[in-house]
Amino acid sequence: MKLALDRKKIAACRKIAVKVSRDVRKMIDAHSTVAQERSCVRLMGIDGAYLNPKIKQYYPLANVIVDQLQEDDALSRGVSYWMANACLEKNMTPTQVAEELVNSNGTFRLAKLPQHKSADVEKKAKALAKEGLARLVARRKERNKLIKGLHDPQDRSFKKPPVKYVIVASGNIFEDVVQARSAAQAGADVIAVIRSTAQSLLDYMPHGATTEGFGGTYATQENFRIMRKALDEESTKLGRYIRLTNYSSGLCMPEIATVAAQERLDFLLCDSLYGILFRDINMMRTLIDQHFSRLVCALSEIYINTGEDNYLTTADAVENGHQVLSSQFINERFALDANMKEEFMGLGHAMEMNPFHPDVILLEIARAQMTRDIFPKAPLKYMPPTRHMEGDIFFSHVYDAIFNLVSVLTNQGIHLLGMPTEAIHTPLLGDRFMALKSTNYIFGGAEHLGEELIYKKNGKIEKWAQKVLDDSLKLLKYIDKVGLFAAIERKCFAEVSRKIDGGKGYKGVFKRSDGYLNPFLDQLERKDYGK
Amino acid sequence: MENKFLPYGAPDHPSVKPVDLKNLRPYGDAMNDGRAQVSFTLPVNPSPEAEEAARELMRKMGFHDIKVVAMEKPSEGFSFYVCYGAMDHAVDYTKIHVLKVEAQFKSFYEINDIIKKEVGRKIIIVGATTGFDAHTVGIDAIFNMKGYKGDYGLERYSGYDARNLGAQVLNEELLDYAIKEKADAILVSQIVDEKDCHIDNLKELMRLAEQKGLRDHFIFVCGGPRLNHPIAVECGLDAGFGPGTLPSHVASYVLDEFLRRKAAKKEKK
Repeated sequence: MKLALDRKKIAACRKIAVKVSRDVRKMIDAHSTVAQERSCVRLMGIDGAYLNPKIKQYYPLANVIVDQLQEDDALSRGVSYWMANACLEKNMTPTQVAEELVNSNGTFRLAKLPQHKSADVEKKAKALAKEGLARLVARRKERNKLIKGLHDPQDRSFKKPPVKYVIVASGNIFEDVVQARSAAQAGADVIAVIRSTAQSLLDYMPHGATTEGFGGTYATQENFRIMRKALDEESTKLGRYIRLTNYSSGLCMPEIATVAAQERLDFLLCDSLYGILFRDINMMRTLIDQHFSRLVCALSEIYINTGEDNYLTTADAVENGHQVLSSQFINERFALDANMKEEFMGLGHAMEMNPFHPDVILLEIARAQMTRDIFPKAPLKYMPPTRHMEGDIFFSHVYDAIFNLVSVLTNQGIHLLGMPTEAIHTPLLGDRFMALKSTNYIFGGAEHLGEELIYKKNGKIEKWAQKVLDDSLKLLKYIDKVGLFAAIERKCFAEVSRKIDGGKGYKGVFKRSDGYLNPFLDQLERKDYGK
Repeated sequence: MENKFLPYGAPDHPSVKPVDLKNLRPYGDAMNDGRAQVSFTLPVNPSPEAEEAARELMRKMGFHDIKVVAMEKPSEGFSFYVCYGAMDHAVDYTKIHVLKVEAQFKSFYEINDIIKKEVGRKIIIVGATTGFDAHTVGIDAIFNMKGYKGDYGLERYSGYDARNLGAQVLNEELLDYAIKEKADAILVSQIVDEKDCHIDNLKELMRLAEQKGLRDHFIFVCGGPRLNHPIAVECGLDAGFGPGTLPSHVASYVLDEFLRRKAAKKEKK
């Protein structure tokens, strides 16, 4: 640790996070969601869709199946039970069952089929889960093999500068490919394809390659495949492994994690609270879904990126830094509960402080170093702020440059490059080049700065870090007292209030019945895969 | 649609437009969108009228879909702008012709090798910063043994006899020295461009060379931050190099030009 932080206080924060997570875990274990069930369908290898005349879009088979079970009031047993039963009854593969179902025009109903002995159904379901998860294990191995033959810019000891993460957001996946390759050549290590506006509130995943989006490109399985393939080619050409990111968030959080694992994505934005706070998605839905998503990430060695930086876009950033740290403790706990290793937790931060606040750069260094010290193994995701970017691109560029310096000085793991044109438009190709050039300069020129500098004992930086830690402990104590659900209702994070039965997607949460069967979840929890 | 006109690495998909070389425009977020940023300051305070004036100027510059994204006040009586727009103008790239230095760029080792085999003696180069210009940074970057950006300087070449005369050398002195030493090429560096003195200086050098009947006796090369090949040719020199030039670029050109002249002489005979 570079800063003299009170280790007992850090341990106390973690202890509270354990307690807070226990209540949540009880709730998770008693429920499931339509999205979690659809993820299981997708893990069975069912990735098709049909053109639904009502929405004039492709509607996934996974949704058709789960919708039907919900209509027939049968979902509380779990989709795995009904699919396994149907496979036995019809002597078909899951895909054949799904196709027959969609072609039957509503006459083929899973819940109306004769039910086989539960031991047989369970056995069949377990076999389906094993097969589905084995496919993910194979994809993980494929990725590791590919990285082995190339230079990997991600340094697990954080001695090398953070990996450089940029976004593409043209709306057309094919145009995104052009820009992603350009960014990779200019030095980007991670490409994030920003999603189309409001995709997070769609309760199904769009299907196929898409060429039109709003402020981003739809997250679809085919789009994932197209971009990963292009990046594989570019990685091979450049001799450096280029990672791909998408968003496991919103109403389809676990499905996106599943599909991302199937298409060998490398990072996923996956936060336990973000959707609740910033998309008004129901708390129970989000907490259940994040658990499944992270179990999949744990299997597939996908790095998660959490979204705490966003908290302070709504709350005052100088006064509320402890909200970020408290949430990081909670996010860390939930990730550990989902079998994730710290090495894959890209806990997010960076503060949206007013750039003209006195000593603001010192405060920024204090928090960045504090986060590094408290989460020593985590590839921290550092995100230059967006709130104070107002159109003067020259100022924004300088502002980002300072964050670049703080990031490399404090040994962050993943650096999301600020764009000079933030708040104006999705980055132009030239904007990305400017940002990468400046980051290449600063990361290269200050690579070992952190090793050379020590902080003054009881100086401004150290004191500020201590204050943020103290405030976090206070907040966590409060959360412990009232419970996480009530804490969120009482605006403990981002000054936003959400109710346990409010928000979008609440209808998709259901109580598991006694006969609930989900071998996918069981095997993921027990890490019973790949053997 | 020919694949070579697709943007680099683009999947061959109808939604990705090919590069239109006859109507070349900026690439912002998609092919042919023409998006560009423009920044300027107006000598009036920020106001809705001032913003409209900025927009009007953008329109006159040939932009549409104009966004004034920043209007700030640097000081009393001024407003600073950042604007975005999509450009109406386009250029026909296929019709553009640029004078370029004609040379095959080669490595240090290749150059020495060729001189040894095809010239059989050292090529003599004389260099200087001429006139009143006291900056040696340019000529040193090209001549000094250690070179520039990892590219060895001319003094290191076994094939070149490189003589750096330093700064504030008069054109007359430079020519006299070159005659006395039987130089093959003359390199002139010009850093200062106050009132276009670099241009005047180069023109004077060439006038002197003409008077003395030495125009074709030497390979005349110049370089500097405000110079390029077309300017050099306009001043009567053989080649000009701009910023970012490496010693091996100059070495390659001088060798190629030397061999070209040698071949031409042989033909005459």
